[in-house]
Amino acid sequence: MTMTPAPTKPWAASPKDRMIDGAIFSSALLSSYLTVLATPMKGKLAYFACFFIAYAILTTAFKGVQRGNAAAKDALVNSLVAIGAIVTVIPAASILATVLKKGLPGISFGLFTHDMALATPTDPLSNGGLLHAITGTLTLMALSLVMSVPIGILTALYLTEIKGRFTGPIRFLVQAMSGVPSIVAGLFILSAILYPITKAYSGFMGALALSILMIPTIARTSEEVLNLIPNDLREAGTALGGTQWRTVAMIVLPAAKSGLVTAVILGVARIAGETAPILLLTGGGDKVNPNAFNGPMGSLPYYIWKSFNAGSPEAITRAWAGLLVLVGLVLFLFTSARFLGSRKVSK
Amino acid sequence: MSTQELVIPVAREIHTEPRRSDKVFRGVVTGGGLSSLAILGLIAIFLAYRGYEVLRQEGIGFITHSDWAISTDDAGNVIESHFGLAAMLVGTILCSFIAVVIAVPISVFSALFLNFYAPSWLKKFLITIIDMMAAFPSILFGIWGFLVLMPSVEYWAKLLHRYLGFIPIFDMQVPVFTRSPFVAGVVLAIMIIPIITSVSREIFSQAPLDRIQAAYALGATRWAMIKAVVIPHGRSGVIGGAMLGLGRAMGETVAVFTVLNIVFQVNWQMLLGAGGNVASLIILKFGDASPYEIKALMAAGLILFLLTLIVNAMANLIVKTTGKSGR
Repeated sequence: MTMTPAPTKPWAASPKDRMIDGAIFSSALLSSYLTVLATPMKGKLAYFACFFIAYAILTTAFKGVQRGNAAAKDALVNSLVAIGAIVTVIPAASILATVLKKGLPGISFGLFTHDMALATPTDPLSNGGLLHAITGTLTLMALSLVMSVPIGILTALYLTEIKGRFTGPIRFLVQAMSGVPSIVAGLFILSAILYPITKAYSGFMGALALSILMIPTIARTSEEVLNLIPNDLREAGTALGGTQWRTVAMIVLPAAKSGLVTAVILGVARIAGETAPILLLTGGGDKVNPNAFNGPMGSLPYYIWKSFNAGSPEAITRAWAGLLVLVGLVLFLFTSARFLGSRKVSK
Repeated sequence: MSTQELVIPVAREIHTEPRRSDKVFRGVVTGGGLSSLAILGLIAIFLAYRGYEVLRQEGIGFITHSDWAISTDDAGNVIESHFGLAAMLVGTILCSFIAVVIAVPISVFSALFLNFYAPSWLKKFLITIIDMMAAFPSILFGIWGFLVLMPSVEYWAKLLHRYLGFIPIFDMQVPVFTRSPFVAGVVLAIMIIPIITSVSREIFSQAPLDRIQAAYALGATRWAMIKAVVIPHGRSGVIGGAMLGLGRAMGETVAVFTVLNIVFQVNWQMLLGAGGNVASLIILKFGDASPYEIKALMAAGLILFLLTLIVNAMANLIVKTTGKSGR
């Protein structure tokens, strides 16, 4: 009779190993508690720092005794990379928690139905709202979309479909452009268009600056997406007698549709909260202004900025409420981009 | 059966001359592609054109002096003006260097964690969080930094000053810890950690798998493997990522303006509550600037633009060459 060997996992942690891990963990907790008690340090961060220092020292020492020098170094790096990951995530958690905690008290129905035409930021919260800011931000987004989507996608098409003489330089310039500080984009529109031509603040000026910031994001993401489209599709289009124009318009672009939408959404998310050019160019009105070409236009970042600088407790609450709405908007865009991006074209 | 006449087909010429529709298409796409060149060129030209008068007036003093003053008579004519960016440039460099020094180790560690330590569900979750942080608006970092982070950072600054005060950079004569370059640097570090992390993660994930497995097969611990394979492979990529972060930190406006106390005096003491930043200067002075001062601000913008352009271009070159050559 043959015996079937039972599967074993010789590499798995034995109960004894787990007990030792648990002991190290709890003694690190205990020593961090005692250190914070004994020294003048205080606060959550102090506990956190002491715990990690204690844990790193304890595991390193233990592994060193148990398995020698190399294992000790490995254990030390283990705890270091864990700290790195946690430190990276803590600010995100703290920011989200703070925005929710401080923003929610300022959210009310009236906030979305009123503008600030008859109210100042220091008024009680029942007066005024951010209707003008929301409409303004949406107008700015729509206008900059109209300008930047064609340019962004054309740039990506040049880089992936035409591959002409300028491919290298253009790819380089698009990357350089994505590093242009937002304030410089604002100053450029100010110097090139606002002062010599229109001489007045308007939403359109803001949208121009925002599209400068948006083009590189759209171009780079679309390029990646278009590169994922299999070459077979292009060859099939050409073999059927299609011109390049027909192939791109009828085959490549439809195949890349969801990816391109992702690229556009990422571009919008990039500029939704952009503040510096808005401060320079839009004039920041307090009234709902449907005409982007005439008159100052409010927007969420401007509203937040103005309320925050007004300084009174009511104004600060207004700023947090505005931030909550803005973060909600950005996260909504971000999640939809993720959702669409996860349904990628098959390679 | 009738005999079929043999028809010899006419010789057909195949030519590669594109049709008119294709010519139009190529023209339009090339035009769109060249727009980035046009925009970057126009930015440089217009800022230089507007700032020329001030740049000529101040000469090299524009980047070596640090006073920013303008006086006008009642009619609005400029009597006397001094524009110097030295303090702001020093502040920009100081803040962004603090940010990079803090952010690089944290980002490298978390990129290593993501690639070689985290289970795949945690990896996916963390990548989402980090990408989300990169999408947060800068005004959010600024206000959060001012109201939430600053008290803690001031406390760390006091600790640094008390225990490491003998090192010149942590030294200060007047104990003012609020709104210092250090605080701005920490806020900027938090803003650029997502960027450096994703660049490093990308580079680390391209480390050759055969060498990784060879290292394990030779009995290396995870750290020994990383030291022998991943770090030599990714070193220059990490440097490129750090420079991308540096470029971003240099051009940051609103977040720095919110937390930094802007003083027109060169200050290298990072814990002292007085600093500068070219971008913040523009926001600070723009509100009530006279036409001549606006020109000075344009010149400042030009310098900032060139500075970030150079840093970014170098960063992209470094990242690109590592990505291709592999090692």
